[in-house]
This record gives sequence, structure tokens and C-alpha cells, in this order.
Amino acid sequence: MQSFKFHRVEDALSAIAAGAKSGTRFVAGGTTLLDLMKLNVERPAQVIDISRLPLDKIAPLGDGGLKIGATVRNSALANHPIVQRDYAVLSQALLAGASGQLRNMATTGGNLLQRTRCMYFRDTAMPCNKREPGTGCSAIGGANRTLAILGTSEHCIATNPSDMNVAMAALEATIHVRGINGERSIPIADFHLLPGNTPERETVLEPGDLITHVTLPPPLPASRSFYLKLRDRASYEFALASAAVVVRVAEGRIAHVRIALGGVGTKPWRSTEAEALLAGEPAAEAVFRRAADAALSGAKPQSQNGFKLELARRCLVHALKQATETA
Amino acid sequence: MAKPEIAARARHRDDVGPAESAEQREVALTLRVNAREHPLRLDPRTTLLDCLRETLALTGTKKGCDHGQCGACTVHVNGKRVNSCLTLAVMHEGDEITTIEGVGQPGALHPVQAAFVEHDAYQCGYCTSGQIMSAVALLGEPCGPNDADVRESMSGNICRCGAYPNIVAAIQQARGKP
Repeated sequence: MQSFKFHRVEDALSAIAAGAKSGTRFVAGGTTLLDLMKLNVERPAQVIDISRLPLDKIAPLGDGGLKIGATVRNSALANHPIVQRDYAVLSQALLAGASGQLRNMATTGGNLLQRTRCMYFRDTAMPCNKREPGTGCSAIGGANRTLAILGTSEHCIATNPSDMNVAMAALEATIHVRGINGERSIPIADFHLLPGNTPERETVLEPGDLITHVTLPPPLPASRSFYLKLRDRASYEFALASAAVVVRVAEGRIAHVRIALGGVGTKPWRSTEAEALLAGEPAAEAVFRRAADAALSGAKPQSQNGFKLELARRCLVHALKQATETA
Repeated sequence: MAKPEIAARARHRDDVGPAESAEQREVALTLRVNAREHPLRLDPRTTLLDCLRETLALTGTKKGCDHGQCGACTVHVNGKRVNSCLTLAVMHEGDEITTIEGVGQPGALHPVQAAFVEHDAYQCGYCTSGQIMSAVALLGEPCGPNDADVRESMSGNICRCGAYPNIVAAIQQARGKP
């Protein structure tokens, strides 16, 4: 691990001022950053400890929504009674991710910024456009079984590894950021970037930007939500495919639906195509299957991950069946 | 490969002031481990795991993968189980850290430790302190009553010997589950 300066900050303004300097990383949970620093993938010159900022609260909003502080730990969020009652898909997604120890460390803001598990990104001996722009993508034509089939480019096919992000996408969360030019709010659909020609840029955040909190809109009355994660092991493994659904069925027809996929996209993959196909239709398996086909219609499988097409389709169909059967 | 790497380093490291020696970058802090205060000066790179083992000679906490994948390094921070390999020691001033040395003693074992002995819940023993730290924390976490619930909650602790059936039995006994 390369040497770095370390400072603990107690207020957001100090964090933002320090964070605006190049080569600076914020640390809160540390579960991604420390892992990558040990691999020399992350080489910050300065690390700012933001874990003591007063951003660790979960509070109901006046409009019926929920405000989640950036340093709320994954375990605290997953086990919060309001989250379990009104945003079950988020609790389920969090509890499907990582281990008990990691969930006690990992934070809401950090999880939004979780880096890919692509083995070439993690190995400094190998070319990787995300880690060292312009060196090439080793995964295209390489070991790409776990990598993305949606949102890829000729420069990068790395999967966004987060479960939480998938649920947040289906819940239409808003990410609140404070930076050197003040505060702004970013819908999660606009927060993560597709790799395109610049896979090293993963979000719209600029140097100094500090995620302060995430807000969830009020839960839709009579809606149900569900997260289904498919993986090589039953526990403590990243998704090969996952689906987050929020759905309301009225008189047998789908009155409202939000869908996001995980494990298959270069970013948390909201599928408005599948949503449009489901709206107003009967809650029936044949309809779900058509929606799943629509969700994967733009997929571009690589040499080893063609199986993800059907896996993701069946994952979404099963998640929709689960969410509507209990409605 | 070398050229972009050098360029990236320069880009990363140009804006945070003059270079300093490792000594200049050391951080002074007091760590509270097993109810004892330890005044320390640490290179900020020191993980909590390395600090416990190498600086404080508390070698009951084990280093396995050093990347948060095996759970051998599990300790408690303010009563919550964490991977001590993935956190910096300098982040823990003011925290209450508990290691396996603070859980029980020979002749006065924690019920989880006694259950591990009774159920032979280990073979080589390398993962055991992490398993026990995880299991002790589990007693205070939301966890369903069944063996499957224990297995899910303990999935962050790997046992290469495969003592899992006995580990689950020991934990269920400590939880008072049949």
C-alpha cells in the first residue's frame, strides 16, 4: 500500500475542502477502498476519514418518504423497521449482499460508489481501461463469465457489483450531494455513468463532492416489492443476475411497476422498457416473460456470459411472480 | 504499461502538498482494546488487524485473506462485528474494540467458547477466533431460529477444514436453540 496523509474531519465543509484536492479519497466503511489500496489499484495521496460526520441517521420525511444519511451502515439500514415495512426490496437487497461483518462496516454512500469486481480491474499486471485509461480491456475475449451484458462498450464490460444500488434504482432514490459549488440532488438513474469511452468515470461526482444523504419517495400504497439474487453460492457472493421489483396490482392488472436488474449491467440497470410493457397488463407469467425479453433486448453477451441472458430473464419473471402472488 | 501507470500516479499525487517522510505522516492516537487504553503512534496505513497483532501483540485475531473475504480477523467495534483487515487503526480512536482475548479466559469461557469446545467446532483452529467473535456478535443480531439462519449469518466466516456442522451446532446451543 502506498503511503498517504490521513485526516479525520468532523464537519462536511472540511471534508469538501480536503476532497477537492486531487488524489484525495474519503473513507467511511473502507470495505472497497482499503481492499483496493492493498492491491495498489487505489493509490490516494490523502485519505479523509468522514466516518464521524453527523450523517448516520435514518429519518422519515414530511412527505412520507425516507432520508438515509450517507454513513448509515448497511446493517442498520437493512434492519430499520421503516425500511423493512415500506421498502422491503431495499432491506432484502442489502441482506443479500456481502457478510454480516461487511454490512456492519459498509455505508450507504460508499455502496453507491462500490467499484467493480472485474478481475482485470483488480490486477495491476493486466491492461484495464477503467484503471489505466487507454491500456485496453482484458475482459473482452478474456475471463468474462461474471461481467456485464447491458450497457457495455468496446472499452469496458465491468459489472456494477452492488445489490443496494439495484433496489435504490427500483425505488427511484435521489442522491444528495454537497460540493464546492453548493448542494444538488441527483436521481439515481442519472448518478452512474455508462462506460462509453471513459470507463474510469463511474458517476457524475466531481472532486470534493460529498454524498450527504439519500432520499426515498413515499411508498406507493398497496404496492409490494421484492429482490431476487442468483449467484454461484447460496450466500456471500456477488450476483450473476438479480432483479428488484416494486409493483402494485389492482383488479388483476399491473397499475404501477418499477424494475431494475443487477449483475448484468455496467450500472444499476433500470428497465423502463419492461415497465412500459407491463403497465396496464394482467399480472400473468406470459406477460412477465415478454417484459423480461424487453429488458434484455439490448443485451450483448461476451464469450463466456451468454448464459446470463436467460438467467436474468428468469430472474425477473420469478421476482415478478413472487411480488404479485403476495399482492 | 509503465507509462500510463506513472502518469496516473502523477495525476493522483500532485495536489496535496509536499512529500513527507513516513515518520511525519504518523498519527498519534489512543486505542481502547479489551477495556485497556493504548497510546500509539501509527503509520496511517496500519490496519486495525496489523495493529492488534504486530503493535499490541494480541495475536488471537488471525490474518487470513487480508481482503475481507474469510472472516478470520473478525473483532468487535462498539459491539458490532467487523473485518479488522479492512479498516485503518487510525479510524478507531474513541471506539471500544474487543478481540478474542477480551471475550473469555481459561476457566471462565464465554458460553460460545464453551459450546465450541463441547461440539468440537474446529479442526486446525485458525478460523476459530473469528468464528467465535462472529458468533458472539450474532447473539445480539436479528437472526432467525433455524440452522439455515445461522449458516446465512455466519457466511462471512470461512472454515477450510469444513467444521461447519459442528460450528452451527455450537452456536445453536449457545443461543438456546434445540
